[in-house]
Amino acid sequence: MTNSISEIRNTDAMFVIGSNTTENHPIIGAVMKQAKKRGAKLIVADPRRIELAEYADVFLQLKPGTNIALLNGLMNVIIENGLQNDEYIKNRTENYEELKEIVKDYTPEKVAEICGVKAEDIVNAAIIYAQADKAGIYYTMGVTQHSTGTNAVMSISNLALLCGNVGVESAGVNPLRGQNNVQGACDMGGLPGDLPGYQKVFKPEVIQKFEDAWGAKLSGKVGATIGEMFEGIEKDEIKFLYIMGENPVVSDPDTNHVKKVLSHADFVVVQDIFMNETAEFADVILPAAAFAEKDGTFSNTERRVQRVRKAVNPPGDAKADWEILMNIMNRMGYDKNYANPSEIMDEIASLTPSYGGINYDRLENESIQWPCLDENHPGTKYLHEKAIARGRGLFMPVDYVVSAEMPSEEYPLIMTTGRILYHYHTRTMTGREDGLNQLAPESFVEINPATANRLSILDGERVRLVSRRGEVETTARITEIIDDGVVFMPFHFAEGSANYLTNTVKDEIAKIPELKVAAVRVEKI
Amino acid sequence: MQVTINGKNYDVEKNTTILKACKDAGIEIPTLCHDDRLSPSGACRLCLVEVEGWKNLHTSCTAICKDNMVIQTHSDKVIKGRQEVLDLLISNHPLECLTCEKSGACKLQDYCYEYGITEGTYRWEMKKPYFDSSNPFYNFDSRKCILCGLCVRVCDELQGTSAIGFENRGFETNVATPFNEGLINSTCVSCGNCVSVCPVGALEPKSKEKFRYWETRDVRTTCSYCGVGCQMDLVVKGNKVVDVKPAFDALNEGLLCVKGKFSYNFLSHPDRLKRPMVKKDGVFVETSWEEAYNLIVNKMKSVKEYYGSEAFAGLTSARCTNEENYLFQKMFRAVLGTNNVDHCARL
Ligand code: SF4
Ligand code: SF4
Ligand code: SF4
Repeated sequence: MTNSISEIRNTDAMFVIGSNTTENHPIIGAVMKQAKKRGAKLIVADPRRIELAEYADVFLQLKPGTNIALLNGLMNVIIENGLQNDEYIKNRTENYEELKEIVKDYTPEKVAEICGVKAEDIVNAAIIYAQADKAGIYYTMGVTQHSTGTNAVMSISNLALLCGNVGVESAGVNPLRGQNNVQGACDMGGLPGDLPGYQKVFKPEVIQKFEDAWGAKLSGKVGATIGEMFEGIEKDEIKFLYIMGENPVVSDPDTNHVKKVLSHADFVVVQDIFMNETAEFADVILPAAAFAEKDGTFSNTERRVQRVRKAVNPPGDAKADWEILMNIMNRMGYDKNYANPSEIMDEIASLTPSYGGINYDRLENESIQWPCLDENHPGTKYLHEKAIARGRGLFMPVDYVVSAEMPSEEYPLIMTTGRILYHYHTRTMTGREDGLNQLAPESFVEINPATANRLSILDGERVRLVSRRGEVETTARITEIIDDGVVFMPFHFAEGSANYLTNTVKDEIAKIPELKVAAVRVEKI
Repeated sequence: MQVTINGKNYDVEKNTTILKACKDAGIEIPTLCHDDRLSPSGACRLCLVEVEGWKNLHTSCTAICKDNMVIQTHSDKVIKGRQEVLDLLISNHPLECLTCEKSGACKLQDYCYEYGITEGTYRWEMKKPYFDSSNPFYNFDSRKCILCGLCVRVCDELQGTSAIGFENRGFETNVATPFNEGLINSTCVSCGNCVSVCPVGALEPKSKEKFRYWETRDVRTTCSYCGVGCQMDLVVKGNKVVDVKPAFDALNEGLLCVKGKFSYNFLSHPDRLKRPMVKKDGVFVETSWEEAYNLIVNKMKSVKEYYGSEAFAGLTSARCTNEENYLFQKMFRAVLGTNNVDHCARL
């Protein structure tokens, strides 16, 4: 997030797109509802009539995969009506003319047709967003998990720049990160092209810096993404796979393929707190401590670094992940020893400018939002206050293209996936909570009454979903939440898993799979 | 503006409630229905104070300071007034402190102790009890409810769900879901924010463990589920987490969702992995750390020798700590010599 959660309380307008906030980020959802009560406007764009839609001033129930068309349409209305922030555009942005040129064609009527929404709603939404003094955009995987996800993110940033909402309190461009420490995993260099703090592996001076600090020879070649790792394993180029705290068999697209890859790998190490679907394929399983059994830090979606503290001992011989990793490194002849995670944080701070001023003494009494450059730096509530990070904000206009897989005669419905409130990711934790299982016991598929009627499917009936990649059986839930022609499945459940159906086609830049759009058919059993 | 509280002068801002002025001055006023985050209600009447020139005692949470106001917070008259309020409350409250889970963390119990109330002096018929145990995570017991309204206001003003309200009138007033259909059939999302604010044992988590609050210690930590990063206190008895309380001085301002509040039992679930395991002839057998490490390290060495660094790949974890993610990528880069590190940020 460029901005902070607490800033939502004082915003004038919220534009929530591709985020079921009250279920996936419940406390942010609650803060949004508080803001609405205080008079902020709310625009919601989602293929499902989610809870926030009930509170929205404008709700756009768009077809999955049409975000870019909608965003361009909003910008079209804003520019046609002269509602853009000219002063801001002149002083703080570049490339406005090109944006104008591209969005010119996206008239409300044309976009209404593509997205399956009303033209007047597009106009109303544009006016609300543009006329608000401070307006924030909030989005999640509903925007990014498409073959055109990166472009959609650029589109969002274009819209924010157009109305002068970047570098402003209670506004901004705010991706809500899903997992507790996905922000931190990225910050710490858990990416093939990035060392900690997004320092690029292909830059010789970066490699030099880390070689000096770590006393080891490093590779300057950008590594493999998950998808490329799987390809590498299939081609016998990658032999050794180490998986820490992930369950790709359930969470990754095209489950059948993932299973094939894992059984093909020469040697697999899985380090986790429970046996799971992925660990079945391991050669060695290492028992890890859970969050309440170790010290450390997580970085939340608003870049806030907060302490995790040990409350109880891990069960049996389980050990904290950092200890296990250190032991293996030591046995591999790398002698560095850490007495505790605080010492690791000191090393992180010494090599990662944005974490430069973060240490456990400070974190004892406060939480710190990075960038935090040195020990006297208070941290950063919202980004780009003085100027856009790269100097000026660059408009990067993009055209709408259709999703990789569109409905066909054989697969006439669009399936989209997501999370629900009562479970978390692949349910290794929440699936062991009786109360949550009572509230959400099993996999299901949401189907609109009209769609269900055509297929003569009744509420609660077992159905089979088939895509080009696989098939699953699940239970039908007939509901108006979802539009005719679209079905929704949560991906949490290993049994009746949505990811037997999903598409592995990826966004070319971010390599994010298109989990939000797959063509399927639904059959009665 | 100036006010005098218990004979001392204090500067206060305009529109400050007497309760806030006292709090800022470091003077404790008992409250059962007050919460800084919520609109004031004056329902419990325990925060009574005496103001010079006013005939009756006043609830300090709703009265606004005026210039040169002279306030008494602990005069005999005030103490008597509060004792009367507590007496009324306890007269209509089952004295089940011996078995009540809330004992030790109950504000009514604490104030009765402070103000010397042993049992209610009003003998009247108890109102008709109403129980709701339909929610999997918490119970409601109307007999213990003091109608402070905190749960109703939290659910409405902060959680924004408005699943519960006051039903019936007068003596028979109850907190309930519309039409008394039961929590499980209501719009309740089981966030437990009502449970966290209930000052008494009327809303109680369904604990798997028997514990007394005085046997526990609180450990402040970060929720391990979603990216919001709510702060919370794990309530620990011995080596077990038995309850979770939201942190107030943090970004979540005293709120949690169903996962953060109630889903902690996985920690002590019997399925937890407890020993390293290796696959032998297709089945996993337990082994020692020593053997597991040796196996991994030998394999690492031979793969590196025969196939080179690019034959390694690692998935690090959006669930683990920063320090662990840092070490994971460091192991791949500095020890194994490859940048083949990724995680499911994209999923
Ligand atoms: S659990 Fe949450 S939603 Fe349910 S009644 Fe309590 S505050 Fe309201
Ligand atoms: S249930 Fe608890 S919080 Fe709600 S009104 Fe009764 S005493 Fe107050
Ligand atoms: S309590 Fe709920 S909203 Fe808060 S971090 Fe945990 S899962 Fe997220």
